Amino acid sequence: MCLSVPAEVTELLPGDMAIVSIDGVSLEISIALIDDLAVGDYVLVHVGYALAKIDPAEAERTLELLRELGSVAQELRP
Amino acid sequence: MKYADEFRDKTIAQGLARAIGTEADPQRAYRFMEFCGGHTHVIFRYGLEDLLPANVRLIHGPGCPVCVLPASRIDMAIRLAARPQVTLCVYGDLMRVPGSQGQSLLRARALGADIRMVYSTLDAIRIAEQALDQEVVFFAIGFETTTPATAVMIRLARKKRLKNLSVFCNHVLTPPAMQSILESPDIRALGRAEIDGIIGPAHVSAIIGTEPYGRLAKEFGEPIVIAGFEPLDVMQAILMLVRQVNGGRYEVENQYSRAVKREGNHRAMVAVSNVFELRDEFEWRGLGPIQDSALKLKRPYAKFDAEARFVMHELPVVDNPACECGAILRGVKSPVDCKLFGTVCTPETPIGSCMVSSEGACAAHWTYGRGRDYQLRRA
Ligand code: SF4
Repeated sequence: MCLSVPAEVTELLPGDMAIVSIDGVSLEISIALIDDLAVGDYVLVHVGYALAKIDPAEAERTLELLRELGSVAQELRP
Repeated sequence: MKYADEFRDKTIAQGLARAIGTEADPQRAYRFMEFCGGHTHVIFRYGLEDLLPANVRLIHGPGCPVCVLPASRIDMAIRLAARPQVTLCVYGDLMRVPGSQGQSLLRARALGADIRMVYSTLDAIRIAEQALDQEVVFFAIGFETTTPATAVMIRLARKKRLKNLSVFCNHVLTPPAMQSILESPDIRALGRAEIDGIIGPAHVSAIIGTEPYGRLAKEFGEPIVIAGFEPLDVMQAILMLVRQVNGGRYEVENQYSRAVKREGNHRAMVAVSNVFELRDEFEWRGLGPIQDSALKLKRPYAKFDAEARFVMHELPVVDNPACECGAILRGVKSPVDCKLFGTVCTPETPIGSCMVSSEGACAAHWTYGRGRDYQLRRA
């Protein structure tokens, strides 16, 4: 139940609903908890609701940091 | 899956493990509690503990809503569902949670109760609209992540003037539970499971932000890192905690900046505070009663409160005395310390709640770690 998964918004529907794609599987969810959503945005989905928007720039920053952290250690300890 | 697969890279995970190994001081122990069962599940599934040096240990916390729900609340729901006019809607995870005397919602349904599994609170709305002569009750359970969904449902029910929908509210709050653990005497006692840092759940903070933990970090001198649910997220959070411990810092840091903002999700918090207010006290399985740790409906929404509508009485808590879930949820015992683990109690025949949800410590141990545990036990 506690799982939340990243999903891409593929269609906005009336009544604060949207269709999202999770690994190619379409799902209708509520977007009542999110402001300003557009098709192509990624959201965190939990029990049928979008909980938060995923920020692509922040995601990339974290990934870069992770790569760096992972490789610096390699240099320290060959 | 975008924003998931990139955060599962094995080479980077091994690099992070080396960084943790390099930076962790071999002279000291690092005991970090992952509060949330979602993290427990990821840690077991990807074998993250095996990547860590021996002096960096993870303690599995109580953050699984199914695991902390007292058996008496299940009993109350079963009693309610037994009424002929009631249709009970529940999240699937709840179906097999043991009540007292071997009862469960699954058995109650087999015996004829109208119990429906729903994926979303909006399903409960649909069911209520289709069966106007039935009393539809949503069994609301969960931490801050599921509460907004219940709030939206109640607001929608009011807007649609649905008179046959109500809520059996069991929503609980993360920060007070964390505080209760940090204050619990067996955690603080010397030589027991002391905690040097906490991994906080990202999806809870996606709603409430990182602020609510500030006081806890300061008051208890506990580093807290809010982390996502992919293996690299957890590994990075552990490294961040090691660095805080080494630097003598105790701050709230946010590893999951891609979806967690310091201030949280304002819209969701407003939805929740419009509909819910604090309950004076709520009984947690394993942790006992905790003040101001759960929610109830506000007065303007009182007619949606199933406990009042159906005069549901609190029932006494009766747990199997051999079940160690309580100590396991506080992180002072491990599932293998339980006599029933893997013998009488398995995911097919759960005795305690920790064996039911895949996020429970006992179920995670059984599914992913039992070989290692049995070796440890024999040694
Ligand atoms: S193994 Fe079963 S009985 Fe033992 S603590 Fe875990 S859930 Fe309880």
